[in-house]
Amino acid sequence: MSLSTVTMIYAGMFYVAALVMVIGLVYKIVDYSRTPAPLVIPTTPAPTTRSGVIYRMAKEVVVFESLFKANKWIWVFGWLFHFGLLLVLLRHLRYFTEPVWFWVDIFQPFGKYASFLMVIGLAGLWARRFLVDRVRYISTPSDHLMLLLLIAIGVSGMLMTFVVHTDIVALKVFFMGLMYFDVQPVPADPILLIHLGLVAFLMLIFPISKLLHAPGLFFSPTRNQVDNPREHRHVAAWAARLDQKN
Amino acid sequence: MAVAKFDIPEMKDDIEIPKLREGAMSHIKSFPAPEKVQDFMGYPHELGEDWKERAIDKMGELLGKYRSLKVFLDACVHCGACTDKCHYYLGTSDPKNMPVARQDLMRQVYRRYFTTAGKLFPKLVGAKDLTQDILGDWYNYYHQCSECRRCSVYCPYGIDTAEITMAGREILNHVGMGQKYSNEILGKVQKIGNNLGLPGPALIDTLEGLEEDIEADTGVAVKIPLDVKGAEVLFITPSADYFAEPHVESLMGYAKVFHAAGISWTMSSHASEAGNFGLFNGNYETMRAVAMRIRDAALELGCKRIVVGECGHAWRVAYSFWNTLTGIGYGADDPFSVELQKQLDHNYPQPQHICELTNDLIKSGKIKVDPSLNDDLVVTYHDSCNVARASRMGTEPGGQFIIPRELIKSVVNNYHDMADGTIGEATFCCGGGGGVLTDDLLEVRVKGALPRATALNNVVKEHKVNFMAMICAICKAQFTKVLPMYGFDMSMVGGVHQLVSKAIKLEKAE
Repeated sequence: MSLSTVTMIYAGMFYVAALVMVIGLVYKIVDYSRTPAPLVIPTTPAPTTRSGVIYRMAKEVVVFESLFKANKWIWVFGWLFHFGLLLVLLRHLRYFTEPVWFWVDIFQPFGKYASFLMVIGLAGLWARRFLVDRVRYISTPSDHLMLLLLIAIGVSGMLMTFVVHTDIVALKVFFMGLMYFDVQPVPADPILLIHLGLVAFLMLIFPISKLLHAPGLFFSPTRNQVDNPREHRHVAAWAARLDQKN
Repeated sequence: MAVAKFDIPEMKDDIEIPKLREGAMSHIKSFPAPEKVQDFMGYPHELGEDWKERAIDKMGELLGKYRSLKVFLDACVHCGACTDKCHYYLGTSDPKNMPVARQDLMRQVYRRYFTTAGKLFPKLVGAKDLTQDILGDWYNYYHQCSECRRCSVYCPYGIDTAEITMAGREILNHVGMGQKYSNEILGKVQKIGNNLGLPGPALIDTLEGLEEDIEADTGVAVKIPLDVKGAEVLFITPSADYFAEPHVESLMGYAKVFHAAGISWTMSSHASEAGNFGLFNGNYETMRAVAMRIRDAALELGCKRIVVGECGHAWRVAYSFWNTLTGIGYGADDPFSVELQKQLDHNYPQPQHICELTNDLIKSGKIKVDPSLNDDLVVTYHDSCNVARASRMGTEPGGQFIIPRELIKSVVNNYHDMADGTIGEATFCCGGGGGVLTDDLLEVRVKGALPRATALNNVVKEHKVNFMAMICAICKAQFTKVLPMYGFDMSMVGGVHQLVSKAIKLEKAE
């Protein structure tokens, strides 16, 4: 069986995008973890134990605690988007697993409608970039385009879920084929091809864009450090060398 | 050089978020450090031919040394959560005083020289070549930041603009654009021992005068010892405490506390300064050199405890950094630290804040106080930024809010907090911290004090508050100068130990 040009392009695109995303993120994470944090700078009040820090970070990751303190509108839209995205991503696992894990089936209906939360959240965040003078001032072209990209991904996906269905059986064969290095034809449905193309593009720019906020949060010294400087001496390697001169 | 006239902002009923006015503060320029000041610090005093290369090299070096800088420059998504959190933005409406915009002054250059996206598509991601104009913006707006960290409380990724400001000032110093105020002080503290450049003999004179004042006032011979070997406590306080008003009232308060508790103590002429402006400039080596004076003094005088007076950023450096920089603290097994740990009394936290010490003494009954002696006052408390958001007191998180309030309430009968959202971790900076407390930045200071002045005005109207207590020398100096411009009386400003000083009973408790 010979494969169409479209299939070859999409297969190649996803391999490259996945590779760039994984290698880029691994590089960034290794770089962050190797860069020393020479001083204890948690924003206080801060936990005095490691487990306290895990709890603080969990609150930041799950409920966006600091953002909640800052601004309820950004919090509502930001959280709706991220929570919606999470459910949508979990639902999409069905295209990558055979048999489909039972809990992915449970998420299926929620994941479908979560796409509305996701797009509403994104639309709200985008509206702020026009309506609030302070946010308008700080917005760069890439800030707008990132929201446009995510909304286009969400809307094209919703079109296929709710309006013009695509051949998801064939789509699953395509992705399972990619995973086992046995490339199968991609369904030549224009909306699907747009959706997949945008997703691949998002994966490609992940490690060189502001999407780095995702790994960045875990390395943020103001959030991940323990407040115990009187009890424990904290010295970076380059700073410890100064002690030897005394 | 005369400073241009400007309007004092009008206090409204509430703290309002202004519409932005581009360029509203672009005329501000803190006085540059002259040649001999820069020389002493090892910095050039003018832009050389290779300034751009030096600036980018320095940025690269800092990115390799500080994870905070690297992560913070990458992680921002321009969500806008911080845009209305800075007192300088609230007071000036200049958009470059929004924390994210202040960061972006550096982020645009970082993206251009250090990121793939910025090298390939600069316009798209807002990346820019470093120019003298941008350097000018850095000098201007990195001296309109008091490094108070209020923005870092609200950022979903914990981005702390103070870290960016510090890096910005460090780079500026390395290309010959130092600030006169901070760098002059860093020279004085290293050459003479304190930020005011007060030499040993003058200090002895001043302290003797204060002893006479206390005795004339109370009839008790309370001592303020200097350079006494073998004293139990080495006391480190900001040099403004020696003679500035109202600071000196707190110094007399500390002396009375040590006297009443029967604790032998001393100050040091070599380390006659708690303040450490090395923090403001973001230079680890300078901050370490300044902090090392305290370690030297402790070893020389053989003290078992180190206690720090009322100074906000000094307490940040002492609490958070002294152990790292000098080994004052516990938990290390390197020879450098072990030497000092042998000498320190492990029954006490090292270093200890004077509020921790005094509060413990009052609670345990070791000193007696009569709060009715402060009945003429209705008191509120201003949380200083570095104490609130960059340090702790006591053993529990948030002790830095509880302990000073407990202490105040034990020595006064009338106390009211200012509104939520303006105290605790959300406290507003006085407007003069972080190397801004200089007359060439008076406009920045006055406008930056607007949120605090508004919050204060509300408790004055509602509860007839007539005294705002604080534990920071910079806050005291800033407020006594700036609050009168908002119509408050200068005498409303004072230290927590000024209140202790009035209420304490000097006859020794049983």
